[in-house]
Amino acid sequence: MFPALKQRVGDVLLPGDEFSSEDDDTISLTDHVKPEKVVCGPGLRRSGDRLVVCKSGVLRHKQPNMFWMESQQRRYVPAKGETIIGIVTVKSGDIFKVDCGGSEQASLSYLAFEGATKRNRPNVQVGDLVFAQFIIANKDMEPELVCMDSSGRANGMGVFGGGGLLFSVSLGLVRRLLSPHSEVLSDLQQLFPCELVVGMNGRLWVKSSRVQQTLVIANLLQSCDTMTAQQRRELFRRVAQGAL
Amino acid sequence: LSLSLVSDWSSDRNLIIEEQSFVPCEDLKFGRISFKGFNPEVEKLMILMNPREEEEGGEESRMQTDITDEEMALRYESLVGSMKKKFAKKRERAANEDNKNQNFSETITKRAFMKPQD
Repeated sequence: MFPALKQRVGDVLLPGDEFSSEDDDTISLTDHVKPEKVVCGPGLRRSGDRLVVCKSGVLRHKQPNMFWMESQQRRYVPAKGETIIGIVTVKSGDIFKVDCGGSEQASLSYLAFEGATKRNRPNVQVGDLVFAQFIIANKDMEPELVCMDSSGRANGMGVFGGGGLLFSVSLGLVRRLLSPHSEVLSDLQQLFPCELVVGMNGRLWVKSSRVQQTLVIANLLQSCDTMTAQQRRELFRRVAQGAL
Repeated sequence: LSLSLVSDWSSDRNLIIEEQSFVPCEDLKFGRISFKGFNPEVEKLMILMNPREEEEGGEESRMQTDITDEEMALRYESLVGSMKKKFAKKRERAANEDNKNQNFSETITKRAFMKPQD
């Protein structure tokens, strides 16, 4: 299966395409076959012994054995371990309900903050923005969020957001912003001093020293979603020249 | 890498592991970002949370030190000697004074209680 997958890396695949270990041309002469591990990322699913494509897009590969489908979408589906920007909607008893952009609201316990105890409750109000990560996120259960890591440290998570602007973009732009050598980010760096919070659910929060700059950055990010790299560079350059 | 599902344990031919998140696939960075010192705490977090990049010179960067390692080693050598002298008992100090001119040190046996033979 592994060689068949590697051959199709970079191709456009559609849901229904599948990869099976029986398609391999090579037959092992020994009975005991070394199990080859394949990690299938988003867009690929296991069905019995076969690997099935479930989202249309381009097949990508990362060493040594990771494959996934790269596609565009705006609707977020919660995934375990991802950090998102949520909006607190309900504060009831021991838990908060947080809108994360998925099909249902996630729950966030009041104890899931750094230094929170039963007596010392965190200061979270309805309407606050939280930067949190999923610990439970599957199709069978209600998603759960926490604002700390496994050792109890906040690591930048928790309530934030006075004086900034929250807006939505596509999930592809979020991934492009957070990728290791992001061009969009390096272009943005040249403009104004600012602070960004990027949620994997397609939500961005921007804060700059002046409201005008904040709005400029927000507009830039929303519009460069659908531009080519050259158009984007041109746009940023015009803004940098026109910026006072 | 967060593993959410592993295929049936009985099959020992192929192992297909499902991963729901893009984060390990594309090595995505930490979600809070600050530019040009706008929020110093976030900039500190960025250095802490992002996977450390490899430098061209070597994998670990040497910290800027005020004095070299050799000077530090020499300082420690004399420090150990002076601390030992400070806590030495009177008899040991006297013995050390006698030995100072010669380049060897004698170990002082402590006088302990000796049990009578019979």
